[in-house]
Amino acid sequence: MTRPGNILLGVKDISLRFGGVRALTDVSFDIHEGEIFAIIGPNGAGKSSMLNCINGFYHPQEGTITFRGQQRRRMRPYEAAAQGISRTFQNIALFRGMTTLENVMTGRMLKMQASFVEQALYLGRGKREEVAHREKVEEVIDFLEIQSIRKTPVGRLPYGLQKRVELARALAAEPELLLLDEPMAGMNVEEKEDMCRFVLSTNHELGTTIALIEHDMGVVMDLSDRVVVLDYGKKLAEGTPDEIRGNQEVIDAYLGVSHD
Amino acid sequence: MLYREAGQFKTSYSADQAMLTITLDRWFVFGLTAFAIIGVPLLASEYIIGSILVPVLILSIAALGLNILTGYCGQLSLGTGAFMAAGAYLAYKIATNITWMPIWLVIPLAGLCAAAIGIAFGLPSLRIKGFYLAVATLAAQFFLLWLFVKVPWFVNNSISGVPPAPPRSIFGIQVTGAAAGNEAKYLFVLAFVIVLAWIARNMARSRIGRSWMAIRDMDIAAELVGIRPLPTKLSAFAISSFYCGVAGALWALCYINSVEPTAFDINRSFQVLFMIIVGGLGSVLGSFLGAAFIFLLPIVLNSAPGWFGYSIASDTITHIEFMLFGVLIIFFLIVEPHGLARLWQIAKEKLRLWPFPY
Repeated sequence: MTRPGNILLGVKDISLRFGGVRALTDVSFDIHEGEIFAIIGPNGAGKSSMLNCINGFYHPQEGTITFRGQQRRRMRPYEAAAQGISRTFQNIALFRGMTTLENVMTGRMLKMQASFVEQALYLGRGKREEVAHREKVEEVIDFLEIQSIRKTPVGRLPYGLQKRVELARALAAEPELLLLDEPMAGMNVEEKEDMCRFVLSTNHELGTTIALIEHDMGVVMDLSDRVVVLDYGKKLAEGTPDEIRGNQEVIDAYLGVSHD
Repeated sequence: MLYREAGQFKTSYSADQAMLTITLDRWFVFGLTAFAIIGVPLLASEYIIGSILVPVLILSIAALGLNILTGYCGQLSLGTGAFMAAGAYLAYKIATNITWMPIWLVIPLAGLCAAAIGIAFGLPSLRIKGFYLAVATLAAQFFLLWLFVKVPWFVNNSISGVPPAPPRSIFGIQVTGAAAGNEAKYLFVLAFVIVLAWIARNMARSRIGRSWMAIRDMDIAAELVGIRPLPTKLSAFAISSFYCGVAGALWALCYINSVEPTAFDINRSFQVLFMIIVGGLGSVLGSFLGAAFIFLLPIVLNSAPGWFGYSIASDTITHIEFMLFGVLIIFFLIVEPHGLARLWQIAKEKLRLWPFPY
């Protein structure tokens, strides 16, 4: 059910080295508008490094990344955020000292414009903005069904809910491209089903393009429109879930090949 | 029970985001403020106003300042004394050289100068964190104090090096210098406290406060939601130093009535740091509780034996004071890192369910 759209993000011949370690070698793929794109591969294949390149944590030595048709210069993560790329982390990266509400509000950081004086006095735009963005944040909170933990410090929440709050923070920024790094890791079946539901409705209802890394093959095959497989920093295969499932190289990479 | 949270429904987001959402809290704070403005000058003795309330309020401002930097933004600083000194010396310099300028303007202006200095010493914070940053701010502490002592320009070439605070008035009532009345000084300081505490609360609930806390809690994720680390940290340094500068200026002009370096040495930095640790990191209320606690503890310890009819030699009391101080700091670090403010919050949560366990 590939929905052909314009290319949102193009990755071309990306190579990333840390000293002598080649994390990524000549990786190319395109992410189209409106699709759910999965990056899979065994541990250490370079999946997270790929996401880090896309949102500016790492700067690949070679290759280009184009976003919305524009080739990107070397940039910092906050610049990627300003362009409309949001992300969640493999290990939850929430602001633990803050409540759910405050965490999700930080997601709207870039959309707020009140000056320092207006904020310090909580007058004029300072107050109006807080209320207006609160409304937007409440929509996200409703969407992800986390109303009851609105005022709870996130440090006290169970793991599954923390993952959901992190997704809420990413969605609050109204991203064009949402990067999810193992959104289902460490979850039980019920939590995984919930999370899948949220990923799908984000894609369908909000029209957000999603790139995700996931180890649960069932989830990957069910959710994604297209899949790219990485192994040892190289692209092994790219295609629809069905094509990937039948690809001998992919099967070998996951199961190992006997050499006798 | 009079005090209750139940049944107070909010029908708009702005009501939910108000500073004090519970009606009774609101009345309590208004009442306390009104009492501090009207009641205290009428009722309290000269000693309580001049020797306890004025210094506690001034130190609360300094604690608020350090709390913005350390409690909210997570940047450890040992340079509080130096930033206070910057405020004190520059307030003196401005007040004595631009004599037409009203004193209520001189002090914020001195705060702005301290903020500029704070930004300069905050620049290393992009690269270094935690203890290393604390050492970098320690450099500020020693360098600035050395500068103010060595360069006589700051004290208008005064021969003693410790010039008396210039007497200045508002509405014809003298508020600074030795000759000013304690009530006048108290009200002058209180005006700053009220405004600065209100601003601190507003910042804490706005975008700028959230960006500080985000940097404190997880700087990588903060960058990811679009927070630029350097401007955010520098804004915390600037605002923190502004608060400390105002506190230092008030300390010199309204409390000790002279501009002297010993008032702002490393001990002052530690004292303010203890205040926010004991009071509560990242809490405006905690800054006040901590300032009052740390400042009053020695006074209470000094006079406590007298209340029970004992007399203990004063140096013994000093020793006991040191020991108790150490014990309390360790106690708070272990039992409740979030300090008195958190204890207060826990007490409220317990009372909400009382007498049931859950």
